[in-house]
Amino acid sequence: MDFYHFTEFPWPHLPPDDQFTSMRVNLPSRVYDPKIGADLYNMYLDQHVLADELGLNCMVNEHHQTATCMNSAAPLSLAILARITKNARLCILGNPPANRRDPIRIAEEMAMVDNISHGRLECGFVRGVPYELFASNANPTETGERLWESIDLIIKAWTTHDGPFNYEGKWVHKRQVNVWPRPYQQPHPQIWLTGGSDINHATKAIVRGHTFCMFLTPADKMRAMFDGVRENCDKAGLPQPADEQFGFMPLVFVGETEEEARKGIEQVFWYVTHNKSEPQFRAPPGYVETEMYANFLSGKFSGGRTDAIRRLGIEYFREHHVAIYGTPDSVVKQIKSAFRKTGGFGQFLAMMHSGAMDFKTTAKCMKLFAEEVVPQVKHLGGKRPQFGPLSEWKKKPKAKPGAGRNGKRKAA
Amino acid sequence: MASGRQSVTRASYRLQEARVAVERRGRGRPLLLIPGEEVYEPELALIDELARKFEVIIAWPPGYGRSTLPESVRNMDDISYLYLDLLEKLDLKKVTVMGFSTGGWIAAEMATKDCARIGRLVLTCPMGIKIGGPYDRDIADVYFLPGDEVQKRKFFDPANDPRVLKGMADRKAYAVARHRESTAKLCWEPYFHNIGLKHRLNRIKAPTLVVWGESDGIVTPDYGRAYTKLIPGAKMVVIRKAGHLPHVERPDAFLTAVRRFTG
Repeated sequence: MDFYHFTEFPWPHLPPDDQFTSMRVNLPSRVYDPKIGADLYNMYLDQHVLADELGLNCMVNEHHQTATCMNSAAPLSLAILARITKNARLCILGNPPANRRDPIRIAEEMAMVDNISHGRLECGFVRGVPYELFASNANPTETGERLWESIDLIIKAWTTHDGPFNYEGKWVHKRQVNVWPRPYQQPHPQIWLTGGSDINHATKAIVRGHTFCMFLTPADKMRAMFDGVRENCDKAGLPQPADEQFGFMPLVFVGETEEEARKGIEQVFWYVTHNKSEPQFRAPPGYVETEMYANFLSGKFSGGRTDAIRRLGIEYFREHHVAIYGTPDSVVKQIKSAFRKTGGFGQFLAMMHSGAMDFKTTAKCMKLFAEEVVPQVKHLGGKRPQFGPLSEWKKKPKAKPGAGRNGKRKAA
Repeated sequence: MASGRQSVTRASYRLQEARVAVERRGRGRPLLLIPGEEVYEPELALIDELARKFEVIIAWPPGYGRSTLPESVRNMDDISYLYLDLLEKLDLKKVTVMGFSTGGWIAAEMATKDCARIGRLVLTCPMGIKIGGPYDRDIADVYFLPGDEVQKRKFFDPANDPRVLKGMADRKAYAVARHRESTAKLCWEPYFHNIGLKHRLNRIKAPTLVVWGESDGIVTPDYGRAYTKLIPGAKMVVIRKAGHLPHVERPDAFLTAVRRFTG
C-alpha cells in the first residue's frame, strides 16, 4: 500500500456565518488577505516537504473561486514539489481537462513535472465538482465526455514520438500536435481518476489500467463500487484488477492518546462542516443522471455526498471509516478494517490537515502516521503485474505477486 | 376560453437524425407553434383558443417532449433547419410561426434562412442575440441565480406559475429535468444566443410581431426593443403585469395582440 499526505490548501479565516451564503463560487476575494495567505501557501508546501522526508507521498488537488481550496492551479504547486521533494510520488488528483479545455497544455505541464521530478508523477484527471462549472463555464452536459476524450488525446500526445499528428474530435480540435518534452516515465505516468456513484465510469478507469479513487465515502458504499467493478471485469473475461488500482481518501488524525486524536480530527473535520454553498451551485442541469436531477428539482434530494453524511457527525464518520483517527495502534486497526470492509485498496490518501490547523499539530500527526502506522499496514494490497489495460495483462507472462510496478518507474 | 378540445392528431417525423413530435389541433390557416425551453405551452388553454381560427401545429424541439436530441444536433442553428424541413415535409404554406423564449429564437433563426413558407412571425420574449457589451449580461444567469430569484424574474407574480416543482410527481419532474438538460446542451455557451444571428435578422422578410412582458427579468423589454429594431418592419407589443411568459400570465392580452396582428 502507498500512503499520501493531503491538504486542500484551505483559507480558514471566514467572515461570520450570516455574512456569506457560500464558501464557493461567489465569496468575494476581499475575504482573502494576501499577507496571511502567502504564509499559508508556504506552510502547506512545507507539509509536503515533511511528508517527503517521512517517506510519505504527496497529493494535491485544485478548486476554483473558493475558500475551501487556495490551490487553484494545482500544476503550479505540483511543479514546486517536483523540485523541492526528493522521493515522494507526486499525485495530482487531479487535472480537470473538461474545464480547462486545452488537454495538450495539460499534457505539456504534466510531462514537465514528470521530468523535473525524475519520474515521480502520478497523473490524475477529474471531471470536477459541479461548483467548478461556474468558474470554467464548461457545459455540465459535456464534461463527462470531454474528460475521456481529453485523456485519450493526452495519452496519444505523450506516446507519439515521431512528429506531429492532427486531431479533430467531438469536443476538441488540435492541429500539428507534437508535445515537448515527452514524459520521463515510459510509456507514460500512471493515470488516476475519481468517482462517486457512476459504476460505468469506475469500471472504464480500472479496465484501462488506471487507478480509481473515492473520497470521503462510507466503507459499505466503497465496497459496493469496488465489488461492482471487480464483477464487471469478471463478466468481461478480464483479469482481476490489482488492489493498487483502488484508492480512498478518509480524514485522518493520529495522536499519542485518544483525546489528542479526537481533538485533532475535530480540526480536520472543518473540511466537512465548512462547506456551505447555495443549492443551485450543486446542481447544474446535466451534471448528474436525469433521474437524480429530477429528484433535486422536486426536493426529494437536497445535496451531495458530503452533505448527506455531514449531519451524522464524527462518530458516524469513524464507524464507516470516512474518518480514521486515534492512537497509532487504533489507526492501524481501522485501516485494516477499512481494507477488509472495502474488499481491498492500495492507495491510502490521508487528509491530515484542514481549516486553521497549524504546522506543528499537523506535523506531529504526520510523523506518528509515517513512523508508527505505515510500517504496520504497508504490506497490505496486491500490486498489478504490469502497466496498462487489463486486457493486455493476459498477453504477457504473469509477473510474480509483489513484483512491483513494472515499467512504471523506468526512465526514458 | 374554449370549453371543449378540438380534434387532436399526433405524429412524429424523422428529420435528419432527430425524431420530431408533432401535434395538430383545430382547423384553419397553419400556425406552427414552437414551445419555449420550459415547455409550458402545449398544456395551456390558449392553444384551444388559437385552434378556433388556426390549425395549430405544435412541434417540440429536439430534446423536448417526445422529440429526440441526437448528437448531431448541437444548437438552435441546427434545430432551425429541422423546422424548415418540417415545413417542407408537411407542405405548409404561409405559415404563422409562433415561438416562445428559446422557441422564438428558433423561429427567428428559421426566418433568417428561408421565409418562402413563412407568412408571419410571432416572437414572444425570444432569446438568441447579444445586445450589450462583454461585461453586460443581457440574459439572466438562470444557473447561477437562486431558484426563487429566477422565479421572480420569470413572472410578474410568481404565484401565476401554474407549475410547482416542489413535491412534483416523479414523471413530471423527470420531464422538467430532461428539458433543462437539453437547454443546457443547446444554450450553455454562447449563453442563450448565437453570435451570428444578430447580423442576419435583417434577412427576415415575413411581417413580425414581437411580444414582451413588461416585467420580464430574464430578458428585459429593452432587449426586446433592440431585437425588434433589427427585424425590418417588426412591431412590438409590451404586455403589462407579465414577465417572461406573458402568454401564461396574461393569455387574454396575449391573444388580443396576436389577433390584431394576424387579422
